[in-house]
Amino acid sequence: METRFTRGKSAILERSLTRPKTEVSVSAFALLFSEMVQYCQSRVYSVSELQARLADLGQGVGASLLDVLVLREKNGKRETKVLNILLFIKVSVWRALFGKEADKLDGFPAKVTVHWHKGTTLMIKFDEAVIARDKALEGR
Amino acid sequence: MSRQSNRTTDSKKMNSELFTLTYGALVTQLCKDYENDEEVNKQLDKMGYNIGVRLIEDFLARSSIGRCQDFRETADVISKVAFKMYLGITPSVTNWSPAGDELSLILESNPLVDFVELPDNHSSLVYSNLLCGVLRGALEMVQMAVDVKFAQDTLRGDNVTEIRMKFIKRIEENLPAGDE
Repeated sequence: METRFTRGKSAILERSLTRPKTEVSVSAFALLFSEMVQYCQSRVYSVSELQARLADLGQGVGASLLDVLVLREKNGKRETKVLNILLFIKVSVWRALFGKEADKLDGFPAKVTVHWHKGTTLMIKFDEAVIARDKALEGR
Repeated sequence: MSRQSNRTTDSKKMNSELFTLTYGALVTQLCKDYENDEEVNKQLDKMGYNIGVRLIEDFLARSSIGRCQDFRETADVISKVAFKMYLGITPSVTNWSPAGDELSLILESNPLVDFVELPDNHSSLVYSNLLCGVLRGALEMVQMAVDVKFAQDTLRGDNVTEIRMKFIKRIEENLPAGDE
């Protein structure tokens, strides 16, 4: 939805950004998500491609959510330090998505992979450059 | 995601934002994958149909609604129970045809289209077409063949969103071939 012509009255930009009151059922979301996974699966030939497609879908969702959450919870100030971003994800993002905070915050890098081991652990692997920059910021 | 199917999570509700964004991601992806809006509409309808076929079982398990006597009762159940249960909205049922086989569902609000605008180059996209498929699939599983389509859409400039549902026929239960 890149080009958007407002036709003179873009009512959409006037709408408030507070949390919507409508609540949808978890099963509605589950059914939709399952159908999306099946759709992606029908268009790829390998598991890694499937994961990449799903991650692509998620990326757009995350970007939109970030803006809205930052506006609501942090008054428009985004976190730039690594630990703070992770805390933000653990608290605000998880609460917005799943209704409660994430259980634990472990480790520190920047490629997100999923491990199934007594529950789901998301491992985030950061680049060396980010760690170095973070150390430099802390040194200041 | 490894998730056990435990019934206790089924009646849980969640905020509609993630749902809206996820649906938006789906439609965006479909628009990228298919060249034209008609194809996307068809895909959405197909996916909706698949969802509907499974949704009806979830619905019947969670609500204790028995068999509906006629199409009017069906319409009432759809608008007052099903829509409320899944999308948190209650469309109104109006515009019955004289024969009683066609009706309109008027949606004042639609969680699928929160903050959505259609760009000009997608003017024939029926954004919420998934809903038509869902209704068609779910009703087919209870032996009703219906035709569902959008008559009005706020995304395309109308004042309300109107879904037109037409009852076609009762589906006879056929035993699968060779199942004597």
